[in-house]
Amino acid sequence: MKWRALVPAVLLVIATFIGSRLSPKFLDFHFLLDRSTLVMETGLIALGMTFVMICGEIDLSVASNMVLTGCVTAKLLEKGWGIPAGVAFACLMGTGLGFLNGLLTAKLKLPSFLVTLGTMAAYRGAAQAMMGPDSVKLPKGFVNLDESYVLGIPWPVMIFLVIAVITAIVLHQTVFGRWAFSTGTNESASRYSGIPTDRVKILVFALTGLMCGIGSCMLTSRLGVARYDLANGAELDAITVVAVGGTSIFGGSGTMLGTILSLFLIDIMRSAMGVANMKAEYQLTAIGSLLILSVLAMNLGGKIRLSKRSSAGAT
Amino acid sequence: MKLGLREWLALTFVVLVCLFAGLKDPRFFGPKSIDSILLWLPLITVVAMGEMLVIVTREIDISVGSMLGFTGIAVGLMFKANPHLSVPVAILAGLGVGLLLGFVNGALVTWGKISSLIVTIGTLAGFRGLSFLVSKGDEIDSSMVPDSLTSLSTKGIHVGHVTISVLLIIALVVAVITALFLRFARLGRDIYAMGNNPQAAYLRGISPNKITMFVFCVAGALGGLAGVMYAARFGFVNPGSAGQGFELTVIAAVAIGGVKLMGGSGSVFGVLMGCLLLSCINVALSVLGIDANWQLLAYGLVILAAILLDAMATKWHTRKAAA
Repeated sequence: MKWRALVPAVLLVIATFIGSRLSPKFLDFHFLLDRSTLVMETGLIALGMTFVMICGEIDLSVASNMVLTGCVTAKLLEKGWGIPAGVAFACLMGTGLGFLNGLLTAKLKLPSFLVTLGTMAAYRGAAQAMMGPDSVKLPKGFVNLDESYVLGIPWPVMIFLVIAVITAIVLHQTVFGRWAFSTGTNESASRYSGIPTDRVKILVFALTGLMCGIGSCMLTSRLGVARYDLANGAELDAITVVAVGGTSIFGGSGTMLGTILSLFLIDIMRSAMGVANMKAEYQLTAIGSLLILSVLAMNLGGKIRLSKRSSAGAT
Repeated sequence: MKLGLREWLALTFVVLVCLFAGLKDPRFFGPKSIDSILLWLPLITVVAMGEMLVIVTREIDISVGSMLGFTGIAVGLMFKANPHLSVPVAILAGLGVGLLLGFVNGALVTWGKISSLIVTIGTLAGFRGLSFLVSKGDEIDSSMVPDSLTSLSTKGIHVGHVTISVLLIIALVVAVITALFLRFARLGRDIYAMGNNPQAAYLRGISPNKITMFVFCVAGALGGLAGVMYAARFGFVNPGSAGQGFELTVIAAVAIGGVKLMGGSGSVFGVLMGCLLLSCINVALSVLGIDANWQLLAYGLVILAAILLDAMATKWHTRKAAA
């Protein structure tokens, strides 16, 4: 286990301890499980974002992608599309929007934070232009996925866990995963050694888009309505999850386990803050501070390790 | 002043948008809509000048909207505590508070060695929460903002039916100072040098940390100034909505104004054109009766168009250089 994955693990224990101090009911397993359905779409996006950040890129448009996909799907379902067709469409559309990000980033050699800053505004803007201030209700069979269980676990959590295992295997056990690490470590060296870096990048953006598509279904199913202003700032949560999980923003290093642990850390933190009746804006501040402090801590940790290594080499 | 290709492009866009809107509906050239364009302009311009410096250095500051909001709240609270506070003092206080916030960003980027994107995503949320904390969630309403401050947006030089407000004059002064600074000051030239080639700049004895810290502090101070101007313009400051999403407007203005988003080049005149263009688009949308819901999409497309143009211009340039 990489030392960076230890950071969220330790923080997770601390947060759980603080939560249990705040309320005796906090350690109720069912309470925690039900609460965690609230962050599962963030978790899915974070799984995709881990690939993107390991490639040395970033995707700021994830929340907007999720919202636009959710709104279009809701409109189609309202028009009488079947639910399987709607879900399939959402997956396709999310992937398509992510693919577009990847295409602009890889083929035009543009920095991804600019491309996705543009598409962040454009995707949500398109959703706003389409929906206006209205909200679209979703059909009966589609809603409340979070209240149905499989093997005693809420469906969204189950879906997340299955996809998390798959993505962890893809990242750590397949050639594609090695390519992603290699692209993020040194792009030109990777290209000279025959790795199709452009295609790797496009694929990881498309994968993140797919996660947004699946996430959009979970989000609208949980809320029962689709509006253009849902999931405002969810990109902050997703990036925080990945960065706190030990994935370097500069690419080339990170683990899926870290991302998963860190998702549950944020989940526990949010639950604890909810139990403590903290306002949403303060929760936002806490998450933002967590992001900066953990990256700061990891940078310092990396520095100490580096200096140890170099002094060991010198003697 | 020599105008580059990108500045000409921005200027052309402004003329095109004005012509299009004016031909569709002559009211666009009426004093009312010109007045509202001139009221839109100052806030965007002031913040864009700071953001431009940051982008020229190859960094980015996403937290400007939250800095604006926090400073607006802070200055509003000062007025609440002391209604007879003079306006120049308030402006200085705004600059100071903003400078402090910018310093936090700069310190995390230079000494913390965190990428500016991550830092400012974090402080975007952090500063926003901070404004709720100090205001206890309450809005600074018009009873707390004195007339001496709000009059900055109504008083000014009257040219026919059109008012050049004090706010606009402040913004133009900021723009002129930025232009002179970038053109003639040693530090201004160093900013371009570092954006163009950080390694070469370092080898020439330019301290990267000093420059980075400087641009983030300036972006913060100008964000703070914009916070005071926001209170003057609107007469109220809401901790949640003041400046929310403003970073997109400003980055769009900087991008369309021909500042290379990969750093190293850009001019104040171009950014001014970018700000003017966005103000014109905004007013044109409302004069033409287009739903305000299209605004965000328009901004997104403007940013995308600007980076695509950038990419094409770079490709064309390298091809010409190779030939």
